[in-house]
Amino acid sequence: MAEYQNIFTRVQVRGPAYAGVPLGRGAYRRDGKPFFVHLLGRLGDAQVGPIYLGWTGIASLICGFIAFEIVGLNMFASVNWDPVQFARQLFWLGLEPPAPEYGLHIPPLRQGGWWLMAGMFMTASVLLWWTRMYRRAKALGMGTHVAWAFASAIWLMLVLGFIRPLLMGSWSEAVPFGIFPHLDWTAAFSIRYGNLFYNPFHMLSIAFLYGSALLFAMHGATILAVSRFGGDRELEQVVDRGTASERAALFWRWTMGFNATMESIHRWAWWFAVLTPLCGGIGILLTGTVVDNWYLWAVKHHVAPAYPSVFPPAIDPAALSGVAK
Amino acid sequence: MHTSARRLGGVFALGLAALLVGCERPPTETVQRGYRGTGMVEVYNPRTIDKQQEANKVPEPIPAAAPGGPSAASTFKNVKVLNDLSAAEFTRVMVAITSWVSPKEGCAYCHQGADFADDSLYTKVVARRMLEMTRHINADWKNHVAETGVTCYTCHRGQPVPQNVWFTDPGPRMAKGLAGGLGEQNLPAAEAGLAALPHDPLSRFLVKDNPIRVVSGHALPTEGGKSIPQTEWTYALMMYMSESLGVNCTYCHNSRSFAQWETSSPPRTTAWYGIRLARDLNTAYLEPLSSIFPKGRLGPLGDPPKVGCGTCHQGVYKPLYGATMAKDYPELGPGHGAPAPEPEKTSDAADAPGVLGKILFETGSRNLDADNLKVIDEVARQLQGDAALNIAISGYADKSGNADKNLELAKQRAFAVRDALKTAGVHEDRIELKKPAFVIGAAQADSRRVDIVTQ
Repeated sequence: MAEYQNIFTRVQVRGPAYAGVPLGRGAYRRDGKPFFVHLLGRLGDAQVGPIYLGWTGIASLICGFIAFEIVGLNMFASVNWDPVQFARQLFWLGLEPPAPEYGLHIPPLRQGGWWLMAGMFMTASVLLWWTRMYRRAKALGMGTHVAWAFASAIWLMLVLGFIRPLLMGSWSEAVPFGIFPHLDWTAAFSIRYGNLFYNPFHMLSIAFLYGSALLFAMHGATILAVSRFGGDRELEQVVDRGTASERAALFWRWTMGFNATMESIHRWAWWFAVLTPLCGGIGILLTGTVVDNWYLWAVKHHVAPAYPSVFPPAIDPAALSGVAK
Repeated sequence: MHTSARRLGGVFALGLAALLVGCERPPTETVQRGYRGTGMVEVYNPRTIDKQQEANKVPEPIPAAAPGGPSAASTFKNVKVLNDLSAAEFTRVMVAITSWVSPKEGCAYCHQGADFADDSLYTKVVARRMLEMTRHINADWKNHVAETGVTCYTCHRGQPVPQNVWFTDPGPRMAKGLAGGLGEQNLPAAEAGLAALPHDPLSRFLVKDNPIRVVSGHALPTEGGKSIPQTEWTYALMMYMSESLGVNCTYCHNSRSFAQWETSSPPRTTAWYGIRLARDLNTAYLEPLSSIFPKGRLGPLGDPPKVGCGTCHQGVYKPLYGATMAKDYPELGPGHGAPAPEPEKTSDAADAPGVLGKILFETGSRNLDADNLKVIDEVARQLQGDAALNIAISGYADKSGNADKNLELAKQRAFAVRDALKTAGVHEDRIELKKPAFVIGAAQADSRRVDIVTQ
């Protein structure tokens, strides 16, 4: 079983293509003749197809395409339809939400109307894809864990682009489309609200984010390490703990004094992943609506420590009387 | 298998190299400026510094003019600004200006033919206004330029047009019609460190007087909060300042709280005056010259060249690394020939504006000694002299001993000073007790104090 010592998948099982489990009443058909791609097999399953999109999938792709085109064509227009400049400045180009003076009104297309429309189609696309995920899971008789994890990410997206701007009474609070534009927005957002690092929900979100990566690495490593004892049959090991589970458990008890189980590790991972955008969304939602300066909030609640002053305190000249200049 | 792995490794290395190509090569040097662990650090690239120091060498001063002699006004015709100089001083300034501004073109850059009094070249009219501007800066903007002052060389560096002047940026040509409005941002903004931030923060802040502050002063929301787009404008201005001075944000700010003044470093105050200085120069001296400059010297929107931080600083935290060139050229200074005027009462020097008094205490004590009372008396007299003046009192303590007791002690110290001021005849309404953000300081005499500041 030395294959498992490699970081890439080295075993490609190549049987006849599998069409999928038979489904119940009202079923659709999957389309296309399945085929195999060796390179895909190095990363996952080599079999491609048959596929099923259904009306939610097709509608989602159409909406996503429209949103993508609105953003892309606006960017293209902003460099005067010059393909060279479009490629050169692509990372800088963006589609901005309406200016603050428009509040929650619908502005002209060029002043943010396109942004609203792109956002609407993007949201529709994402929600339709969520519906598709939920319904596919149901159709296969699975639990809906994947859909709810996806919903957590959608929550953060909606808070940033829709719910918080609604509560603040201005579309201008939302995130622009574009690579650098959205990064600049993120930095400006933190600065405007007095340093987001003092936002406790931001702290939690970061903890869960880094925690997710850590758990993922620990779990992946553990299973690969005990695969030679059948540890890759994780679900069987949940109820029928074999030597792989025993060794993995003992390993973690030895190294850190505590171990998850074959079942619980997946719940750990799911919750860490789900809580990342969930907490992040709460943190964003509270920013500007109920807290205006997270640093001052943290000072008020004894979260931010005080450091000894090294400089004489700088004086705000604007606060001095008689400074006319 | 091995070759494909190697190929993969090669691709990976190439990708990594492509990603790093925009980065500065290590090593860089860091200098800690604030309390340890707070990230108050300046980062320097020694190779850049070497080059900059070479570029910022100050030319040898011209020997001072012999005192006395006939006045410039009586010797030369059409002297309008430097008419308080002697002829010898005047000639010295002209020689210096030629070497600073037009070393290649010589006198003829401003003077038409043999008649040096002739004003027909636009450059002469501009130069005259620039002389007034230089004197204005050295006389009235000491809270930014301090005693270092400026000369023509600070900006010009041997070039008729200073390198880092700027024009209002109309932005690139965009397609007309319904699409493509970028909201004056989302392009590589040269003035904002090539970020996708608004690309012309200078017209907005260094000519027009738009509010710069965007961060709320309260933990909880209040009326009139600033928007994210406004924040991006301010952010762009700050990027410009950072690039112009070759410093990080932390040169002026404690980045844990950009807005808070108490934890900022002193250069922030100087920079605050710098923004007002640039605005003053642009509106009072440079914009009015738009009708004087020929078309070729104007910007795309017909505006004259303007100044910003980078025009003098040229990538260095102090122009010419703080060389006090102006002291060799008193002709460009304020009130030439007369003793320097008393500093204005309202602009209390650049080092500590607004601080009326600082009262130091013994460890653990809240008692005022005779020296302290003298300071308090002085403050009281100033308050009586200026009815519009109000003060704020903040008490501090050092960190030795129990933290709660120290907080109480700092408060008691502030009370003691307030009571003493009341005794000295200051009405209670004019005194505000203000709790500073950081009451407890290091274990040193300076932390056991009460600050009295104007407000």
